[in-house]
Amino acid sequence: MPTHDVFNGSVSRVEILSADGSIDEQLADEVRDVLDDEAVVAAYREMLVARELDDAAYRLQRSGRMGTFPQNKGQEAGPLAAAMTLIAGHDHVVPSYRENIALFHLGLPMHQILLHWMGDERGNDIDPKLGISPICISIGAHLPHAAGIGWKLKIDNDKHGTDRVCMAFFGDGATSEGAFHDGLNFAATGDAPVVFVCQNNGWAISVPTEKQTRSQTFAQKALAYGMPGFQADGNDLFASFKVCRDAVRHARAGNGPALVELTTYRIADHTTVDDASRYRSKEEHERGVASDPLIRTRRYLEARGQWNDDLEKQEKERATRIVKEVIATAMEIEKPGKSDIFDYAFATTPRELERQRETRRTGSLGQSPRQSTLSRVEADEAVTV
Amino acid sequence: MPQLNLVDSINLALRQELTRDESVILLGEDVGLNGGVFRLTDGLQKEFGEARVRDTPLSEGGIMGTAVGLAHAGMKAVPEIQFEGFLGPAYDQLVNQAARCRTRNRGGMTCPLTVRVPVGGGIHAPELHSDSPEAVYVHTPGLKVVMASRPKAAKGLLASAIRDPDPVVFFEPKRVYRSFKEDVPDDDYTIEIGQAEVLETGDDLTIITWGASVFRCLEAADALPDHISAEVIDLQSLWPIDVETIVKSVSRTGRAVVVHEAPKTCGLGAEISALIQEHCFLNLEAPVQRVTGFDVTMPYYKLENDYLPDAARIGKALRETAAY
Ligand SMILES: Cc1ncc(C[n+]2csc(CCOP(=O)(O)OP(=O)(O)O)c2C)c(N)n1
Repeated sequence: MPTHDVFNGSVSRVEILSADGSIDEQLADEVRDVLDDEAVVAAYREMLVARELDDAAYRLQRSGRMGTFPQNKGQEAGPLAAAMTLIAGHDHVVPSYRENIALFHLGLPMHQILLHWMGDERGNDIDPKLGISPICISIGAHLPHAAGIGWKLKIDNDKHGTDRVCMAFFGDGATSEGAFHDGLNFAATGDAPVVFVCQNNGWAISVPTEKQTRSQTFAQKALAYGMPGFQADGNDLFASFKVCRDAVRHARAGNGPALVELTTYRIADHTTVDDASRYRSKEEHERGVASDPLIRTRRYLEARGQWNDDLEKQEKERATRIVKEVIATAMEIEKPGKSDIFDYAFATTPRELERQRETRRTGSLGQSPRQSTLSRVEADEAVTV
Repeated sequence: MPQLNLVDSINLALRQELTRDESVILLGEDVGLNGGVFRLTDGLQKEFGEARVRDTPLSEGGIMGTAVGLAHAGMKAVPEIQFEGFLGPAYDQLVNQAARCRTRNRGGMTCPLTVRVPVGGGIHAPELHSDSPEAVYVHTPGLKVVMASRPKAAKGLLASAIRDPDPVVFFEPKRVYRSFKEDVPDDDYTIEIGQAEVLETGDDLTIITWGASVFRCLEAADALPDHISAEVIDLQSLWPIDVETIVKSVSRTGRAVVVHEAPKTCGLGAEISALIQEHCFLNLEAPVQRVTGFDVTMPYYKLENDYLPDAARIGKALRETAAY
């Protein structure tokens, strides 16, 4: 018996808007039904605000008003384009931490992101109507959640004739975790309407793509699980939109999950406690900065007579104003009460936990009142709430 | 003798063990070129090469499972898990594979690995970067668990852990990483796993603690009125546990307070209280007290100090116990 191929697959890459602002008109026409000039102007304005928030978050961290923050800088176009393919409140999003702009686009109040990184759980108190899961810190752990959410959406879609999808965001590093493979496999075998969006920024902290995987692309991993894989230039609003819309259409139509790889560049350090100059060359960094999606989108709009220096100045001022307000909102929120740590552990707080809350209040732990010598220790030494 | 902080003393121990024994191998996320997110393995890849200090793909299950395989093949693997919260994805390999290895193989195929893991709160880190899960691993038969709180002890303990023929979880209290320096001998020495250290001697009560809580206990003990003197024991080895040192001290003082960051229920404080009760019942002058974290998820950092036992809370328990 001769051998014969039992599997053939390929992944193609989509690029529409190049770094100098020139565009593939034919491909662009395919998405102009949504990305007309007005929409691109609106997208650029959103990017300016997101960039300003990112820079402001960095300053908050440096001035000691915020903890570690993972910057989104340079990765605005892909997630925004992805979010533009979703219907807010109808579809569900399972985020990681480097796509703030997608969450803002879908209605998450911006100050909640700051609150989260300021070490306040209320940042995760997301209006359920938005259909946004909390930011996931554990790399890849949320991808099986997307499969589970997608499963439920499929049940609803089948029953009610709806077409809801779930979109999950993650980085290139996340594809190495077992949970990534579980997420894809479960979504695929369950025909769940899930779109997996990998933002490949070339690095997982200090580990470059080529040490993360020997696959040429992350998109091709989809093929092994029996779903289509797409790749696009993630700094290109048009290309990102095109592949995400193709993937979302595929899932909405009931054909199961799809994977999208958006190649991009993390302009900033991994987080505010990282120093990328230890592992990243200056040349590479300069190349990355040159591919900044903001510059590219602006050039495009300028070429079409939709943007100019005055507008730029005016819109940057607007972004500064908005972000100032967002920061003020986040900073004005009072620290949660100390007793807050006991409030959400269970739906009904068990008696033992109530006892612990009480011992927290009085300052010692484990004292049975009958054994306690509290009376013999000066009362004013008790730690007050 | 160099003055080193905890990070540098652990780095020195790793360097010396890599030099001493060719079968020692380091692996983990960012441990190579970047020297780890805490810069703890800084310089080691440069000195020993990528074959011995390797950046791995981002997968704790992969890191731990591969380390088990290396150990099966006769290497001494030293995997790093970046933060204790990420032991989660590695749990199966550590608990269900590494820990059972010797028993299952009747000693034939063993598992000499040393899992290094930063642990604990107090550094304003994001979620899953501040937990204290040590009791989970102490409760796992087949694992040794240590937590060094001071640079000198850390160096000796890590050397012992790496040379140990069984799997050891080596927790590093990240709050202490750069908080102080002490003299650390650069010659080769080991500290026995299973040996607690008495940091301060005293007559009226015994404090048993480990990790970053050691320093809060010392602070609380210092603030006691002159007529109360506390003995402070840094447990250091959480399993095997140094029952003798605890019993000797508590039999003499008659009073004990156990302090840890981890949640209260089934925390090590429960085990130590039970051991004291078993061994020292007739010497006890007061009920054993526990000052611990609470049975809640470690809060995001705005409230972490309301969760962590501080010197005030510890001090109050000490005074109450002494007055009993
Ligand atoms: C399970 C787990 N392991 C380790 C970490 C520590 N960590 C945080 S981000 C990161 C790299 C993530 O890289 P990638 O998935 O490519 O996303 P990026 O940060 O580049 O957007 C690591 C190792 C973590 N958060 N979760």
